[in-house]
This record gives sequence, C-alpha cells and structure tokens, in this order.
Amino acid sequence: MNDLRIDVSHLPTYAFGHRSLMWWGVAALMAIEGTIFALLITMYLYLKSRALEWPPGFFAPMLLWGTVNTAVLILSAVPNHLAKRAAERQDLRGLRWWLGVSIGVALVFCGVRVLEFRTLNVWWDSNAYGSIVWTLLGFHTTHLITDVIDSLALETLLFTGPMDESHFVDAAENAIYWDFVVIAWVPLYALIYLAPRLA
Amino acid sequence: MTPPYDQSGDGLSNAEIEQLTDTWREPPGLVGWLSAVDHKTIGLRFIVTAFTFFVLAGLLAAAMRVQLARPDNDVLGPDLYNQVFTIHGTTMMFLFAVPVVLGIGIYFVPLMVGARAIAFPRLLAFSYWMYLASGLFLYTMFGLNVGPDRGWFSYVPLAGPEYGVGKRADVWAQLVTFTETSGLGVAVCLVVTIFKLRAPGMSLNRMPLFVWAELVTAFMVIFSMPSVFLASGTLIMDRLVGTHFYNHAEGGDPLLWQHLFWFFAHPEVYIIFLPGNGLVSTIVSTFSGRPAFGYTALVLSLVSTGFIGFGVWVHHMFTTGLPQFGVSFFTAASLMIVVPTGLQVFCWVATLWSGHVRFATPMLYALGFFQVFVLGGLTGVMLASVPLDAQLHDTFFVVAHFHYVLIGGSLFPLLGGLVYWFPKVTGRMLDERLGRVVFWLFVVGFNVTFFPQHLLGLMGMPRRVYTYPAEMRWGTLNLLSSLGAAIMFVALSLYLWNIVRALRHGTPAPGNPWQASTLEWATTSPPPPYNFAPLPTVSNREPLWSASWPDQPIITGLATDRREVLVTRLMDADPDHRREFPAPSPWPFITAVAATGLYVGSIFTPWAVLWGAIPTTLGVLGWVWPRHGQRPSDLARALGGAGTEQRRS
Repeated sequence: MNDLRIDVSHLPTYAFGHRSLMWWGVAALMAIEGTIFALLITMYLYLKSRALEWPPGFFAPMLLWGTVNTAVLILSAVPNHLAKRAAERQDLRGLRWWLGVSIGVALVFCGVRVLEFRTLNVWWDSNAYGSIVWTLLGFHTTHLITDVIDSLALETLLFTGPMDESHFVDAAENAIYWDFVVIAWVPLYALIYLAPRLA
Repeated sequence: MTPPYDQSGDGLSNAEIEQLTDTWREPPGLVGWLSAVDHKTIGLRFIVTAFTFFVLAGLLAAAMRVQLARPDNDVLGPDLYNQVFTIHGTTMMFLFAVPVVLGIGIYFVPLMVGARAIAFPRLLAFSYWMYLASGLFLYTMFGLNVGPDRGWFSYVPLAGPEYGVGKRADVWAQLVTFTETSGLGVAVCLVVTIFKLRAPGMSLNRMPLFVWAELVTAFMVIFSMPSVFLASGTLIMDRLVGTHFYNHAEGGDPLLWQHLFWFFAHPEVYIIFLPGNGLVSTIVSTFSGRPAFGYTALVLSLVSTGFIGFGVWVHHMFTTGLPQFGVSFFTAASLMIVVPTGLQVFCWVATLWSGHVRFATPMLYALGFFQVFVLGGLTGVMLASVPLDAQLHDTFFVVAHFHYVLIGGSLFPLLGGLVYWFPKVTGRMLDERLGRVVFWLFVVGFNVTFFPQHLLGLMGMPRRVYTYPAEMRWGTLNLLSSLGAAIMFVALSLYLWNIVRALRHGTPAPGNPWQASTLEWATTSPPPPYNFAPLPTVSNREPLWSASWPDQPIITGLATDRREVLVTRLMDADPDHRREFPAPSPWPFITAVAATGLYVGSIFTPWAVLWGAIPTTLGVLGWVWPRHGQRPSDLARALGGAGTEQRRS
C-alpha cells in the first residue's frame, strides 16, 4: 500500500502568464502566424530580387494613410496595455472600459485600412509586385478583423457572463495577441511603404 | 519487475472512481459521437482513418504496379495514371504519414506523461473533423474524375492557371490547406500538453524518448506547415483571382513555388520520421530490458535533426540551375544530417548489445527498420552529391530511395508500434506467430518491390511514366518489382486479419504485457476515460522499472465531479494549479462543417471565403462561449446574476 500523497486541493484554479495553458496556446498561434509573416516578407524580398526595377511599373503606395494608421496602431498599444493590467488586477470595471477603448481604436484602424488599400497605387492582378503587396496588407488585415471579433466577444462576455476568474486570463492573452498584431505591422510598414522608395 | 500501478483506486473510494468515470466519459448517441473530445477517442479515430487512407493509397500503388508489370501495358491510361500517382503520393504524405504519427501522439502522449487529458480538447476534435473532411473531399473529387494529376508537389507552371486547366490543381491546393489546418491544431495541443500537463516529477530530462520525438515533431509542424499553407494559398489565388506569384511574364517566379514547397516538404520528411525514431527507441529499450543507451545523445539527436531539417530543402532543387555556392551549402547541410541520425543508430546498437533482447514482433519491426532505413540513408547520401543527383533526378532511383526512407523510417516503426500498443488500446493481444510470418513476408515483399527500382533508375527509367517500350529492357525488373508488391499486399492483408481476429478472439491483455517502463503501462488496458485514478508522480526516467515505484507518491485533491486537470510547471513539472477542462461539444464539428464549406466553395468563387467566414466565425463563438458555471467562483458570486447558474450542460 501507498501512504505518500500529494494533496493539490489547495492550488489555485487559474494562473496568469506563462503558467497558464492559454498563454502557451497563444504563443503557439503567434509562432505559426509569425512564421507566415516572415515567409511573406521573404517572398516580397525574393520577388524584389528578381525584378529589374522596384516597384515595377507603378508608383509607390501613398505614404499618408499608411503612416497615419501606423501611428494609430502604435497608440492602440496604450489602452491595450491598460486593459491587460486591469485583467491582471482582476478589475472588471477597468477591464470593461479599457477593452472597449481598445476595440474603438481598432475599429478606427480598420476604417483607415480601407483608405490604405485604395492608395496602394497597384492592383493585386497588375503584376507580382501588386500580388505580394495586397497579400501582405490583406493578411495583416485578416488578423485585425479576427482580433476585433475576438475582443468584441470577450467584451460581451464581460457584461453578460457567465464568467469566472479564468476569463481575466483570457483577456490578458487577448491583449498579448493584439501586441503581436501591432509588432508584426512594423516590418510590414517598412516593406510596403519604405522599400519601394529606397529602391 | 514491479506490479502494475494499483488501479483499485489507492487513495480514491469506489464512489469517487464511479464519479470520475461519469465525469470523463464520452456522451452517448449520435450527437455524443460527434461531440467527443477524449484524446483516446480522437487519437484512435486519427489512427483508424489514417490507416483507411493508407489502404486506399496502397491499392492505388498496386494499380500502378499492375500497369508497369510489363511493357506497353494498357490497364491504366496516361490520364488516369497521372491521377493515380498524384493521389497515391498526396494521400500517403498528407492523409496517412503525418496524421498517423500525430494520431499516435494524441493517444499516447497524455498517457505517457501521466495526464488526465490533452490540452485544448475541442481544438483537437476540430482538427480531426477537418482531417476527415479533407480525405473525403479528395476521394469524392477523384470519383468525379477531378482528381489532382500534377504530382504530389504540384509544380507550377504545370499546376498554374495556364497549363493546369480544370479544377484538378485547385482540389490539390485546398486539400493541402485543409490538412495543414488540422496538423497545426494537433501540434498546438501536443506542445502544450507536453509542456504543461506532465506528471509531477517528470522534469524535461525524465520525459520518455517518444514524447521528446513528438515534441520536436510538433515544433517542426508549427514552423514548416505555414510554408505550404502559403504556397497552396497563393497558388489558388493565381488560379482564381489573377495574382501573378508564379507567373514569370508578370514578375513572378515558378522557382518561388519550389522554395516554398520544399521548405515545408523537407521538414515534413522528418515530421514523419522522428516519431518513428521515438518508437524505435521505445521498442528497443523495452525489448532489451534496459533503459535506452545514451538518453541525452538521443534527445539531442532528435532536436538537432529538427533544426538541420529546415536547412536542406534546396537539395530537392539541384537541377534547377541555382548558383553553385548555394548548392554547395545545401550539400554540406544534407550530409551533416547524417551525424545525428548515425548517432541514434549507434545508441540503439549499444542498447541491444548490452541488453537481453526478446525477439517479439515489435522488436522484429525495429530490426527491419535498421536494415531498410540504413539502406535508404545511404542512397540519400548519394543523392546529396550534386553530380549524382543531376544524373538520377526524376528517375526510379529516387523513387526507390524515398520509399526506403519513408517505409523504413516510418512504416516499419509504425507497424511495430501498432503491435506494441495494440494490447493497451484494445485490451487484447495480437497473435505472435502470425505477426512474425507477416513481418517476414513484409520485409521480403518490400525489398523485392523497391530494390530493383534502384537498378531501373540507374538504367534510366524515369518516374511518372505510365508505360515503357519493350526495347528499353526494363520489363524483367519491373515484373520483379510488381511481384514484390503482391507479396506486400498479402503481408498487409494478413496484418489486418490478425487485428480483426484479435479484436474478436484475442487473449485478454494484462496492464503491462511487455514489462515496459513508461506510464501508459501503469493503467489498465484499455485505459479508463480518466486515464489514471489517482494521478501518478515519477522520480526517474523509467518509473515502472524502479524499485521505488510502489512507494511513489500519488496525487489527491483533484475534483472528481468536474473535468479538473493538474497543470504543472514547464521545466520540473512541479504542481502549479488546477484547471477545469471543457466538456464534450458538437461545436467543433459544426465549425469544421462550416470551414469545409468555405474551403470547397473557394475552389469555385473567391466570395466563398467571405460568406463561409460568417458561419465559421459563429461556429467558433459557439465553441468557446462558456456554457455553465459548475464551480461557483468568488467572482461569480460577487457579480450576482452574471455567472451563478449551476446548470450542467
């Protein structure tokens, strides 16, 4: 017979950060998505290395809306960070508020994104340059939309329930994912808007 | 040898055991069947489905061998032959080899690490339905004469809009997108399970070698599958909405396809083969009656193979006219990968050398693996040298090489592993004598089939030709190869018969029939829905072989009336917190149906992506939305109405 026991009933039922399963799930998702972004960037540079001029036969994308949107995206890190802090403090009111603000900023960003697409100065079926630029911007936009839907669902849950402490962990992970979407944009901005001007 | 883990519920009362069974059991009925989330149910579905596709692809191979058995044959016409070899390769790679190694991981990794369940069970269920849908889709389209016919790597421009008319290349592209979604989902489940759900005491350096192999494999899936996902996505965009990624006339590049494809497909070879390595380590250790020699070296070999596997893709492209310097680099990398593989072989030899070897059927397959895989590895070294590759590229020599590597590296360990774990899964023993007969038939059949193909390749016979004239003098060797295929067919039929017979009349299996050392043997055969009654702890690498096993502490204090699991820390697996896992749910199935509509529709119109996204999103929301608050939390109480319902779904 065995008398040695380890009683785990006193352990908490949730944990933040890398102690939680959800953190690792989001990390794995970011690894997958990050690999796709990295490969898209490589595709862009590969196609660029094959071309005699860059951008081939078209004007570079207009700087204005892309730059405005980059500023909006970087600013969005502030309410997003405050939402994460509120989640970690388990401050429901603060979380509801800052997540709401984050969603608002994200919606503004999506609106400006439409203008970005309109001022790329090239279509996806114009040539390979157009194809990769539209795909880069389109893939990033897919992430934005996904994250907005995710945040909206979470915000609804915060008001209607049923919820428990573990949803604060979900909110914190949601904030981390938004950070990923922001950080991924920086090299894409450089590639879409600056690379054609430097070439 | 110590007795199996006491399942009478040491530390748990009978009532608690009953409650555990009730909590973790799959729900009944058809809806229950579609809602299943248990890793053993899903893992078994993966394995059975994968072997069904293996049989289908095997029959296609048999059809090709019939066609090639004599010169100027006309059993299969050129168009059908193109579809047959493409679907054979595509099925074996995407619908058999990868899903089956992941399926075995799904079933056994949680058991081997001593966990109650797998992480993200609903994502796992979704991944299975996506996988099943992709296979049904491919074979439905084949039945409608729209089977892909551009080879399993679907090269552009042959598969591009200009030459690949019709929908055949689109079917291939979306099949790949389907299966990669599934593979990525499973990889996430496996990584998180291995990192966070190990039994207390199972630090990383005490993990079973098979678990290490699955971990490295899951990471390779995560970093390689995005590449083919992107490749198939851009291919279908070129074909459907007029992008120009692969159109040379508009600044695209067909070679970009080959880079993207092989950046995935070479690591894929290791995705298939590393779990095979893990299986061989497990089998060799168990049947030598000693721990695997050089545990650290074996783990480092797996990990370094995982890294180097990403640096060799260009060796599939030696004949594309790439710069000499780049080609030399990839030759060096391809030769380098021999080092960790060789190291593993020496470790296995040392284990056998110093152990008391029992030649049971699984062990025979491990020995067969040595013969076949070492030969495949040798021809691999030959092909890694550019001048030889330029001569042999696209000949039957290459066909022989990769069948030695893949059947040797993956199928032999798999067939052995299936015999090894059959008693655990079904509670029955396979017939040992019939098993040995099957093994010898299979080894002979395999070598008779594929060894002559080396010679045919050296004689200049190209791959993917539906027939050849008698004057080429390839007839005799081809006939020999086809006879070998017939022997393999008999062997595999008997293998299946052995399984069917054992399911009906097999002798009942004890908990640990092979006297193995890892945790999956500590529970009953088949395992109960909750895997282990009191969760185990470990204090060394071979828990069931250690003298202290009967005195090993057990875990108490986990809830039995809800799906509570113990989450542990990454490095040392110290208990960290308890987490309630999601219950069975039909939503992953509903989401998979919606996503299938999206993928299939997108072959015909780009709008399917938009319209299909709506039900898919709703499906995901239904899947993640919390349905009940079984455990009234402090927060829920504080919030009043928001979360206090006690309804069980």
